[in-house]
Amino acid sequence: MTGYTFVEKALARAAGASGARAGDILDVTPDVIFSHDNSAAIRRIFEKIGAPRIAHPERVAITLDHAVPAPTTQHAQNHAEIRQWVREQGIRHFFEVGRGICHQVISEEALVLPGETILGADSHSTHFGWLGAFGMGVGRTEMAALWATGMLWIRVPDAMRVTLTGRLPFGVTAKDIALRIIGDRGADGGQYRSVEFLGDALASLSLDERAVLPNMMAEFGAMSAYLPPDQAVFDYLETNRTRDYTPLYPDADAHYADDSALDVSLLEPQIALPHSPDNVVTLSRAVGQPVQQAFIGTCTNGRLEDLCAAAAVLRGHKVHCRLIVIPASAQVLLEATRRGYIETLLEAGATITTPGCGPCMGNHMGVPAPNEATISSGNRNFRGRMGTPDAPVYLASPYVVAASAIRGAIADPREFLS
Amino acid sequence: MSEHRVWVYGDHVNTDVIFPGKYTYTLKTPDEIAAHALEDLDPAFAVGVQPGDVIVAGRNWGCGSSREQAVTALKYVGVPVLIAESFSGLYFRNCINQGILPVVCSGLRDVVRTGDTIMIDRLSGEIHAAGQVFAMPTLSPSVQAILDAGGLVPMLQRRFGESAR
Repeated sequence: MTGYTFVEKALARAAGASGARAGDILDVTPDVIFSHDNSAAIRRIFEKIGAPRIAHPERVAITLDHAVPAPTTQHAQNHAEIRQWVREQGIRHFFEVGRGICHQVISEEALVLPGETILGADSHSTHFGWLGAFGMGVGRTEMAALWATGMLWIRVPDAMRVTLTGRLPFGVTAKDIALRIIGDRGADGGQYRSVEFLGDALASLSLDERAVLPNMMAEFGAMSAYLPPDQAVFDYLETNRTRDYTPLYPDADAHYADDSALDVSLLEPQIALPHSPDNVVTLSRAVGQPVQQAFIGTCTNGRLEDLCAAAAVLRGHKVHCRLIVIPASAQVLLEATRRGYIETLLEAGATITTPGCGPCMGNHMGVPAPNEATISSGNRNFRGRMGTPDAPVYLASPYVVAASAIRGAIADPREFLS
Repeated sequence: MSEHRVWVYGDHVNTDVIFPGKYTYTLKTPDEIAAHALEDLDPAFAVGVQPGDVIVAGRNWGCGSSREQAVTALKYVGVPVLIAESFSGLYFRNCINQGILPVVCSGLRDVVRTGDTIMIDRLSGEIHAAGQVFAMPTLSPSVQAILDAGGLVPMLQRRFGESAR
């Protein structure tokens, strides 16, 4: 009999089934469910359902991150409603304004563990594949249903295997791998699939970099993504974890609907041009294009290593356009401060703001004016994404964003790295 | 068999142009949300759409964010059926859970233009357009049950209403 993919194993486990195959529809009981600033809206749906209370508040996490600190009275009222709800329902895993972006905070807190299932009311919930968990985004109604029942229907996705070999060249990152994959296969290249990574390149990626791959697979249309967890992952989770876990690995003879390989040692820095994450070209084809703003942050590329990369490029230089840096969490900000990265960034002329999602989806803290171009280390550059349809957004690695901030135009970071 | 006027769109229409992210925490009522439907894709849509109109699109309709308003904005203007060559996975789920029928259908968008009329026969699972007949795929029973209940909320309301009695 054919073996199982990761997603077949993980969803069978979450459904309490002896086995599952792609295409099966299962009632899944996730280990963790989470939401963010959308929690007040979810509460309004929850109240319509008529359930007496949240079925398993200990499995619920809520992080205020999408518009923090509150930019308007309306946003503040939204946060206030969420705090009230958290108190009423006894939700212990509540993370206040400034703690960080949900995906980063839940990772740091080790709330979800390898082999487990986590569903989030956020499309980048694919993120948790970095630690070998099944992570999938759901809608607000689905989260309300999860609060009420603890369960949700899921059709087990087909899986595609991406084997990464070789070592990344200097100045090239996991972001470039993700952009290349999305650029090659299109924004629906992984549609309704579990993208399961494999290969010797993974072990040489730091944990910060590994998270970029499953995070960006949201832009590939994937329902989930997976990297096989190793000792580095287990060590990271060890301090904060509160339960035991069993990591899951796909069988060698599992059936994959699609199988591809990429030698990352041949990769150049990549960039997604406006207005889609799959509009990807080699960086050299965009060099010199003027930008008025550079943004380093988001759940994709706002971690310690990303700030380290930015500092490495910016050391001894001055920016020639606005540079906004938003660490993905308070923990990242603290450690970046201790290591001197923040000082380097400030000396170069960056502005540092509160950990959270920032201007990524056009809420606040660095939204562009019409016709101003932004280069971002984020994940999405759809028309209007940052608040106005006339503002083009480019996506690249933190190295490229930092180099472009120095030039005030899209630039190759390798000329600033020794 | 029901008659529907169509609005035709292309490939990879994303949730940011269907319902911009900047409104997601400030607009709450159905009327407010409906007023911004397809705002950054087709400003003519929100003013011209009539209840019963359907959308016919290309590949990967609804890619991007999980935001449900990208579905509810269309529900609130009265769109009962969304037809596309393919849907983003999250968007497809959101449609089912909101009680809007997502129909995966190839070829239809090549034969219709915005303003044309098509006929949908849910019983036989057929779409009639431009003298041609297109098949609507059958959904699995558990997914069909959510649609039949009018969406996930009405289904759960029934369940929790019953357990309270």
